[in-house]
Amino acid sequence: MMTNKELIIIGGGPAGLTAAKMAAEAGCQVLIIERSPALGGQLIKQTHKFFGSELTYAKTRGFDIAKLLIDDVMKFKDKIEIMCDATVVGLYPNHEITVYQKGVYSKFKATAIITATGASEKFLAFENNDLPGIYGAGAVQTLMNLYGVLPGQSIVMVGSGNIGLIVSYQLMQAGVKVKALLEAAPKIGGYLVHASKLRRLGVPIYTSTTIKKAIGKDFVEQIETVELNEKWEMVSGTEKLIDVDAVCISVGLSPLHQLLSMAAVEMKFVNELGGMVPLINENHETSYPNLFVAGDVIGIEEASSAMIEGYLVGLIAANRIGYHHPHYETLLQSYHDQLSNLRSGPFGAKTRIGLAKLRGETHAR
Amino acid sequence: MLDKTGIASLEQVKSRFPKKEFLAKAKAIIECYQDIPCNPCQTSCPFGAIHIGDDINVQPKLIVEKCTGCGICVTSCPGLAIMLAKIEPSKAVFKIPYELLPVPKKNEIWHAINRAGAIIGDALIESAILIPKQDKTVLVTVKTDLNLLYEFVTIRSKDHE
Repeated sequence: MMTNKELIIIGGGPAGLTAAKMAAEAGCQVLIIERSPALGGQLIKQTHKFFGSELTYAKTRGFDIAKLLIDDVMKFKDKIEIMCDATVVGLYPNHEITVYQKGVYSKFKATAIITATGASEKFLAFENNDLPGIYGAGAVQTLMNLYGVLPGQSIVMVGSGNIGLIVSYQLMQAGVKVKALLEAAPKIGGYLVHASKLRRLGVPIYTSTTIKKAIGKDFVEQIETVELNEKWEMVSGTEKLIDVDAVCISVGLSPLHQLLSMAAVEMKFVNELGGMVPLINENHETSYPNLFVAGDVIGIEEASSAMIEGYLVGLIAANRIGYHHPHYETLLQSYHDQLSNLRSGPFGAKTRIGLAKLRGETHAR
Repeated sequence: MLDKTGIASLEQVKSRFPKKEFLAKAKAIIECYQDIPCNPCQTSCPFGAIHIGDDINVQPKLIVEKCTGCGICVTSCPGLAIMLAKIEPSKAVFKIPYELLPVPKKNEIWHAINRAGAIIGDALIESAILIPKQDKTVLVTVKTDLNLLYEFVTIRSKDHE
């Protein structure tokens, strides 16, 4: 049996929630399909205050932002339908999708679809990286911040992007000893204010250093670190051992593009955006008409940009279906301006270059 | 070195301190050394004493004459990069953001900690305030020896080492 819907949003994280709110505000009927038991995406695990501007809830803690965005959606009970614990397993031409929820498969057909699937973590290849006690940063946050379970007593963090820095700080807050933070690049990747926050708690940060191997019988007991030269080659003789009972890997994210690839939209590998991303036009529409994208699935950024993209794409998708928001033009302009403002600084460079490459501009800056 | 170690140099720290004559009253010390897209310090200041402007990728600037030392920015900065400093005869008084347990109590003596995480002396806790507006970030007032003015950044409990 096929159920018809106006707008289906795949993913109930920051981008999906804001897209749903904006589309419903324009008058559109929306179905949000979320894989997890609850809405909110990664925000629900974030205990720190967010950066950005007031428009994207700066200085509010992540889990509180999730509550605000979910409240916004709940205001449109007559317009927004929510399926949680529901995984979209198929995305096909003619805007048909198949959903698996609690043992039952169902089929939907939509006038328009917004894919807001977010990203997945990258992992790192090293000897014994499958020993128990070696986690991705997302798993550490789920255990610790969602379920109140410590991942270990003494840990080494690998990766100094914002996630690595923030999760290290959260581990210290939870009483876990962070023995070191390793960064393979010569410089700290994330915001230096986060690094300073960690350093003053006594956590040493080793740049140009990576994990060579994990050591342990039934679980990780030690790691061996090694320094890297300018060519990213291991420098022998610089190996050091650190006693740990857990290791956290935080070496970046890549867009969750698999559904889009399944739908055979035109894709491109853009390193600056985190991996495989769909080609899009200025409406965030893929090569498959009425299939839109918002958030990290179109390039790894912060939750602030995911939220703005969600509003923007919700507005556009609703308009396409025939629901013209009363402030369409003003809002459209405002969201475009906010995105360019967010991306205009040095930390936006990767996204700027990535998006230019995606558009096929060769002299991207 | 800040971008390799997370430790700001003495010159960087001093560049964020106003002239000593201003420090008879508490003033905000804003240790934001990078152009990151963020502006809650500017929007939270009720006195217009912190300027970033429309482009939020710019580092904040303190307009020292306008700063009343109220401390609102200290718990508003998501990077915990702002503290207040004041000079008293032979003592330095700071208001710092604190997000760890246990929460310090008035009249306790804690370790004074520098930007590298090392113990540099004693810190007398004068108060630890938490109101709902601070959203769980405690504002701790501490007193140290004046010679720690440019070195002190946080506190550590003597019981939990």
